[in-house]
Amino acid sequence: MMPRLKQTVEHIGVPRLIIAGFLAIIFVIAYLTDMSVPQLITDSLVRVGMNGILVLAMVPTISCGVGLNFGLPVGVLSGLVGALISMERGLAGFPGLLAAIVFAVPIAVVVGYLYALLLESVKGQEMMVGTYVGFSTVAVMCIFWLMAPFKNPELIWAIGGKGLRFTLTLGNHFGKVLNNFAVFQLFGVKISGGLLGFFLLFCLLIYLFYRTKLGIAMVAAGANPVFARSAGIDVRQMKAVGVVLSTVLAAVGIIIYAQSYGFLQLYMAPLMMAFPAVAAILIGGASLQKATISNVIIGTILFQTLLTTALPVTSRVIQGDISEVARLIISNGMILYALTRPTGGK
Amino acid sequence: MERAQQVLEMKGITKQYFGNTVLNDVSIDLYPGEIHALVGENGAGKSTLMNILFGMPVIHSTGGFSGEILIDGKKVELLSPAEAMQMGIGMVHQEFMLLPGFTITENIKLNRETTRKNALSRLFKSEFLDYLDTPAMRKDARHALDRLDMSIDEWLPVAGLPVGYMQFVEIAREIDKKEVKILVFDEPTAVLTETEADRLLGSLRRLAADGISILFITHRLDEVMAVADRITVLRDGEAVARLNKDEAVVERIAELMVGRRIEKVDLPPRDKEPGDEDLAFTIDNLMVDMPGEMVRGLSLSVRRGEILGIGGLAGHGKLGIANGIMGLYPASGRVSKNGDLIPLNSPEQVLLEGLAFVSEDRRGVGLLLDEPIERNIGVTAMQVQHKFLRPWPRFLSGLRLEDRKELRAYSEEMIRKLDIRCLGPTQPVRSLSGGNQQKVCVAKALALDPEILFVSEPTRGIDVGAKRLVLDLLVRLNREHNVTILMTSSELGELRKICDRVAIVYRGRLAGILPPDASDAEFGLMMAGRVRKEAI
Amino acid sequence: MTQTHDKTVESRPTVSLDMRRMILTNGVPILFLVLSITMALVAGLNITFLLNEVVTRLGRNSLLVLSLLIPVTAGMGLNFSIVIGAMAGQAAAIAVTYWRITGVQGFLLACLLSTPIAAIAGWLAGNVLNRAKGREMITSMILGFFANGIYQLIFLFLVGPIIPLKDPAMLLPQGIGVRNTVDLINISQALDKIWRPVIGGVRIPVVTLLVSAGMCVLIGFLLKTKIGQNLRAVGQDMHIAEVMGIKVDKTRIIAMILSTVIAGWGQLIFLQNIGTLNTYNSHEQVGMFSIAALLVGGASTRRATIWHAIAGVILFHTLFVVSPLAGQRLFGVPQIGEYFRVFVAYGIIAVALALHAWQGRQVRRQEIKEAMLTE
Repeated sequence: MMPRLKQTVEHIGVPRLIIAGFLAIIFVIAYLTDMSVPQLITDSLVRVGMNGILVLAMVPTISCGVGLNFGLPVGVLSGLVGALISMERGLAGFPGLLAAIVFAVPIAVVVGYLYALLLESVKGQEMMVGTYVGFSTVAVMCIFWLMAPFKNPELIWAIGGKGLRFTLTLGNHFGKVLNNFAVFQLFGVKISGGLLGFFLLFCLLIYLFYRTKLGIAMVAAGANPVFARSAGIDVRQMKAVGVVLSTVLAAVGIIIYAQSYGFLQLYMAPLMMAFPAVAAILIGGASLQKATISNVIIGTILFQTLLTTALPVTSRVIQGDISEVARLIISNGMILYALTRPTGGK
Repeated sequence: MERAQQVLEMKGITKQYFGNTVLNDVSIDLYPGEIHALVGENGAGKSTLMNILFGMPVIHSTGGFSGEILIDGKKVELLSPAEAMQMGIGMVHQEFMLLPGFTITENIKLNRETTRKNALSRLFKSEFLDYLDTPAMRKDARHALDRLDMSIDEWLPVAGLPVGYMQFVEIAREIDKKEVKILVFDEPTAVLTETEADRLLGSLRRLAADGISILFITHRLDEVMAVADRITVLRDGEAVARLNKDEAVVERIAELMVGRRIEKVDLPPRDKEPGDEDLAFTIDNLMVDMPGEMVRGLSLSVRRGEILGIGGLAGHGKLGIANGIMGLYPASGRVSKNGDLIPLNSPEQVLLEGLAFVSEDRRGVGLLLDEPIERNIGVTAMQVQHKFLRPWPRFLSGLRLEDRKELRAYSEEMIRKLDIRCLGPTQPVRSLSGGNQQKVCVAKALALDPEILFVSEPTRGIDVGAKRLVLDLLVRLNREHNVTILMTSSELGELRKICDRVAIVYRGRLAGILPPDASDAEFGLMMAGRVRKEAI
Repeated sequence: MTQTHDKTVESRPTVSLDMRRMILTNGVPILFLVLSITMALVAGLNITFLLNEVVTRLGRNSLLVLSLLIPVTAGMGLNFSIVIGAMAGQAAAIAVTYWRITGVQGFLLACLLSTPIAAIAGWLAGNVLNRAKGREMITSMILGFFANGIYQLIFLFLVGPIIPLKDPAMLLPQGIGVRNTVDLINISQALDKIWRPVIGGVRIPVVTLLVSAGMCVLIGFLLKTKIGQNLRAVGQDMHIAEVMGIKVDKTRIIAMILSTVIAGWGQLIFLQNIGTLNTYNSHEQVGMFSIAALLVGGASTRRATIWHAIAGVILFHTLFVVSPLAGQRLFGVPQIGEYFRVFVAYGIIAVALALHAWQGRQVRRQEIKEAMLTE
């Protein structure tokens, strides 16, 4: 009995068990303090749909052997540019959202490819270089936002007429179009079919990609580069595919995030974007070498539910907002855990 | 020689790893100022014997050994390298243990620095805060270098020194240890040019004349003849001979090194035996840049339908041949199949030509350890030959997904045919035994329907029973499916067991081709580079 | 051994070669020198103002940058987790403020108090990094973020109910957690104002600068001792050091302890100069700005000297002072200059890390080539 239990624990993973246990406690407290549990679940599901694709963006870089994509802001910025072009044209509703994605993807492909070339030349230090490439790109783009040739008065500062605003309201554009699409109630929980469906659609697309010849080659290149080379696979190219795919997902991810949030945040806002996504996929059970779609789904649900419920529930017990602190400790603790686990061969 | 008390005696040393006896009742002794050579093939047990002498942790964590070690006639227990060092045993490592950014002096005195007290170190009572006494360290280093007749300046950084000099710095470090009376040299000339090697041998003699006893491990027989006072030959974990200098001849040593009983098995006959009139494959002036296994202009013809063995001592390039042709290491030269030139340096092109490779590095190159058996078997054939793919969705013929059904069926067939012991085609290969992993590698190669199969070290690291099965499998493939096989192996015995001919590689070139029933002496000499005999 | 060989090993560079090598090896600081001068000219800055700023910042930041040197020597790269040391310093500063111990005594007590906290934190950090060999930098960075979470947990939620700090002036209105800003009135300028002569219009905090100089001497001394030799050996090759009997893990932990403790003192010097503590922000940028400064001075992830640290502080902070003004002058938008300096800080680290990785690969390639040549 005991060894069986131990095996189950190992299979699920200690950190995941702790977080799931923590969540259970939170829900029990919520129930006992007469909070609306369905409301908590509703909010959590929105956050899951909002962040899901950003977390999904971690999968291709992990499986192609580059590791966690700390350079996520590179893709996020591509997405922001796409969204801005769509808004500058005055597009709204679904066409606006679609246009944002259509404009963002080619930018992300180009930028992602350049980023992949850089990462290739710094093999072994991809995560660290990625972090700071992401940071410096954010800083460069800050200068760009100030000088960019956007004319739509909704986007630029009211005074001076130059430079984009810090936060742009999406209400008149594509704000919440997915959130408000195909909404239905289930046991008092409001579910946005549009938002969650879009996330699941992307999960399915990535799952199918991993069953194509290209996808299988990419996984092989990441799992064992020498094996891949001996099987006639161009390892460099596969890494580029992974990085580009991740960058594209990040671009789409931020657009979905923004439409759900209702605001587009520029300047330093994308700086730390990578860390919650990294933490989520690690909580879902991924390692630096291996990640699956189920890691994404489980991790996003656990992490986002925790963040969403921690604030309202704990504020009943403890004074002050502990959720920000909890986010810092849990997400970084999770990344530390992954970084300090022994890895085979490396 | 029976004059003084021996400095070192190792008596009746027996060592087992996981039930495998790697050393069986080996005894060796050493007199003051003597150079004693220890020769043997790879895997003969030389390094295990030295690990025991050094009290390496790997010995004690695997159950220790039986037998005893005496130093100056007194029995000692050597439980750690530090204790061995204290007993006066020094080791010149095969790989350099030198820090490139440090000077020669700093390297010689590494972690044995001469220090001086200062106010802070007295205050904190910590030796860590003692000042380095650089002048004193330089004096010691100079002295050690002088003993080796090296005039090089002791304050130069090691980075940028010629490799030969690094070897001397390494030796200087050992003789700078005041207590050293036994020095072990593990293949010291492997990385040296011939003139550097000569200088090194000169230093060995000088050190011996100073009274230091030397244990010299090598497989270069001419060096043995040049400096050794006595020679012990190890083979398969046993000391098969101990010769005095005056009774040693190269031919005799070579024969002793490789000789082993061959179990004669009757291989199934073919309708038509392979011959020179029908060549499947020719290699002309092949050069391969594989570190440690360089091929330097090898030419070889392979007959259609044969099993050709490739043998030779480690480091002479036998492993480089297959790795180079398969595009895993930079290669040049002319390689042709059925008269058509094969493009080199592109694994994909080579695979498309109908060549397949079972690598010597099973876990490193051969397998995706965390992926299921079926993925391992199928992935190469899928990537190169577009097997195991089906259009999806039906109307979009451009997009193709993995055909799991077909792959599953094929894997199950392979598992049955090759008798892979597993829980099913979805089991990750990491959890399989070595022999079964090897069979997965073979299945992977077979999925390509190869005309020519390269197999390197097929039985390395797998247990005795599985060895037999793998060799039988190769014979079956050859006889039943008419696959031409080039098998590279360090175990001469297995080459002689199943091959039609055995090619011996020496210093990156073909030394000659022998029939499997040629004498031990012939094989030994050829591997030691003593004769150049043309193909039979 | 003959003379011929010695000559090839020890090539005597000519003067012009020396010049070229100097420019090559000091490319980064020279570039930043030119950039700073150009921007200062564009901004049309008053030289005395600039000098005042730079001298103040030299005193304020040197120790933090110096705290990075030892881990670099030990081969652990840039220690992003010096923020943990900074947190220890801040905790000590809060304590002496609460106890109302003033002046130099207060400052010294804070240093004394921060030492054991930083040492324990450094020991923990060293142990964590020993489990992440080969990716120390990313791990130390995340470790810094993680520690920030713990720090916030302590000072936002535990101070008050668990940690007895009862000064309402220091606590948030609800009585739990330390206020966002703490006026460090007791130790403000404690070191700076001991002796601050004005020379040519420039105020010089002599004692603070002397402390930094003293730390330089101490680090220089340390590297010439047995432990310094061990640190250097471990920094070059952990495997060889281990084989030669040096306790690698222990040495690396010592490096982290020293670094964290010095960073704690450095943060206290920083705070006494500023005079107020932003409880939840003062430490956040410490790691990044110190590292950027060190790199601007010409250091790399493998080699960093005292001179790199000093030159780096001067250059980086000159740029820091002039770039918003230059942005204002050039584009009429001061934020451009501000974002530019943020970009410089991040960009220089990105470039240094990329070079680090790239050089690492070159070295390995060279080694393989050499090994093959000797075959």
